Amino acid sequence: MKILVCISKSPDTTSKIAFTDGNTKFDENGVQYIVNPYDEWYALVRGLELKEAHGGTVTTITVGTAADDPTIRKALAIGADDAVRIDAEAKDAYFVAKQISEYAKDQGYDLILTGKETIDYNGSQVGGMVAADLDLPFLSLASKLDVDGSSATLELDITGGTKVVKADLPAVVSCAKGMAEQRIPNMRGIMAARTKPLNVVAPAGVEELTSFTSYSMPDAKSECKYVDPDNMDELVQLLHNEAKAI
Amino acid sequence: MSVLVYVETANGKIAKNGFEAVFYGKKVADKFGGDVVAVTSGSADDSDLASLGNFGASKVLVNKGLSDADDSQTSKLVLAAAESTGASIIIFSHDLTGKAVAPRISSALKAGMVSGAIDVPSDENGFTCKVNVFSGKAFGHVNVKTDKKVISLLPNSFKPEEGGSPAAVEAFDCDCGSAKVTVVETKTQDGEIPLPEAELVVSAGRGLKGPENWGMVEDLAKELGAATACSRPVADIGWRPHHEHVGQTGVAIRPNLYIAIGISGAIQHLAGVNGSKVIVVVNTDAEAPFFKAADYGIVGDAFEVVPKLVEAVKKFKASNN
Ligand SMILES: Cc1cc2nc3c(=O)[nH]c(=O)nc-3n(C[C@H](O)[C@H](O)[C@H](O)COP(=O)(O)OP(=O)(O)OC[C@H]3O[C@@H](n4cnc5c(N)ncnc54)[C@H](O)[C@@H]3O)c2cc1C
Ligand SMILES: Nc1ncnc2c1ncn2[C@@H]1O[C@H](COP(=O)(O)O)[C@@H](O)[C@H]1O
Repeated sequence: MKILVCISKSPDTTSKIAFTDGNTKFDENGVQYIVNPYDEWYALVRGLELKEAHGGTVTTITVGTAADDPTIRKALAIGADDAVRIDAEAKDAYFVAKQISEYAKDQGYDLILTGKETIDYNGSQVGGMVAADLDLPFLSLASKLDVDGSSATLELDITGGTKVVKADLPAVVSCAKGMAEQRIPNMRGIMAARTKPLNVVAPAGVEELTSFTSYSMPDAKSECKYVDPDNMDELVQLLHNEAKAI
Repeated sequence: MSVLVYVETANGKIAKNGFEAVFYGKKVADKFGGDVVAVTSGSADDSDLASLGNFGASKVLVNKGLSDADDSQTSKLVLAAAESTGASIIIFSHDLTGKAVAPRISSALKAGMVSGAIDVPSDENGFTCKVNVFSGKAFGHVNVKTDKKVISLLPNSFKPEEGGSPAAVEAFDCDCGSAKVTVVETKTQDGEIPLPEAELVVSAGRGLKGPENWGMVEDLAKELGAATACSRPVADIGWRPHHEHVGQTGVAIRPNLYIAIGISGAIQHLAGVNGSKVIVVVNTDAEAPFFKAADYGIVGDAFEVVPKLVEAVKKFKASNN
């Protein structure tokens, strides 16, 4: 089975979020990048488990610059066989998706796995766009994925529950919590990752359709109002009369 | 210009997010011109569908032959409706279906997409819309450069208000192909309020010490008519089901009221709940970071505070009836 896992980087979840250049650029000063948690914990690890069970290969693909290489090596350390980096700054989701589908279109992947969303821009767009480009089924927000021959059985999140579905391969799957357990790379994996192939590929000519023109921060929260733990009637009154929440 | 809004129906009923999307669509149309047409499939009553007019739709297109559509069929339905109405702005709710279908429409029409809009677009640089970025820690302003636009609206950003009159409901038949995905089984928690739709949420964390102590949390939720949620470690150790996990790696919610009990308020937890309108925090530790994000704080032991709060809510309900 040939599996392609889309890997993006995102700022460490504890990063301070600030902007520079008149609030037009994300301030990277002191920001540590990690593999986007959904891509790493769920998409990549489930891809590896499927390879371990059925044989095949796991390739990662990233649209990014050399600055993405450390996160790509982390994915290799966790166990991917090889990596592809489309050498371009990731612009909007359309741009990223087109690069991935252009690369993947004649490679014969059985499964293309993405994360549920990137935790910086939270778009949840790339997977659906890749599926549209390649005219493949898109299984959105899967929490379970099993493969049997040429078909996949998945559990998808739906409002207030889950549904079990079947789809023929090849397919694109976006991976959410429940898919797999996080794997910590061991020393052997980290050493092996240094020599695994990381192929840098020139981007296709694609124009982005959208751009972030500026950023802003939410208004500072007003001071917390403390209520005496023995006076829950007061809390209920505040929630009713002041906050109008109940 | 005209605005097309995809409205989801389930079990013959219009989803709450559908009303929000139509109401929002009307605001967008008022700003950029044109009419609002809603498109849907399935078996909702015509009179129900007509009620979308009260929220701003001038017409509702329904493909009744298409029930239990998969995402590729829904995409074909929306594309056909977009072509037939000449819509230049296509709106979805940023819910589970919207997340699956809207990107396909964007790609197929080469229409720039605003994912998770929280405001009506402005005409700055032509068309610019505000979204949450960095899991709600900041806002981004997305400029769409293409003539056609796709917007997915973050649920709970607008409260639909009735204003218009019932819409005309028209049959809309189109070839939506066959399903590529077959549904084997659907599991929903009967009688529970789905977390992403809930307006009131009671949530608890590791401070509760063990799953056997959730009774009081459920009592409080029941009295309030709220959904229950939890922090990640609580779902990971199996005290609570996974679908209750909120935060950066779980569900992101934006209820009117979020009550957090015995949760420290780690940044990854806040990322999923900081869009809540009012936050109440109950914690024994006055230094818990959650108090910085709270509107109302109670420094106290959950095992004493929560039962008192349940009684207070009961009393309030009794006196308000
Ligand atoms: C990449 C990443 C992603 C993550 N994603 C998420 C996520 O999506 N959601 C999430 O929740 N976490 C997430 N986490 C974990 C997060 O960092 C915290 O570890 C977690 O939120 C803590 O859960 P908690 O508040 O229940 O437990 P604790 O941090 O142990 O806090 C328990 C709290 O209960 C209080 N307490 C104790 N006894 C009582 C009592 N009797 N009455 C009242 N209060 C009491 C304590 O003072 C304390 O503040 C993530 C972490 C990482 C690294
Ligand atoms: N620059 C990128 N390179 C490779 N994959 C990406 C990139 N950006 C996003 N993805 C994939 O698409 C998923 C959804 O991203 P998004 O649509 O940005 O929320 C992520 O979880 C990744 O799996």
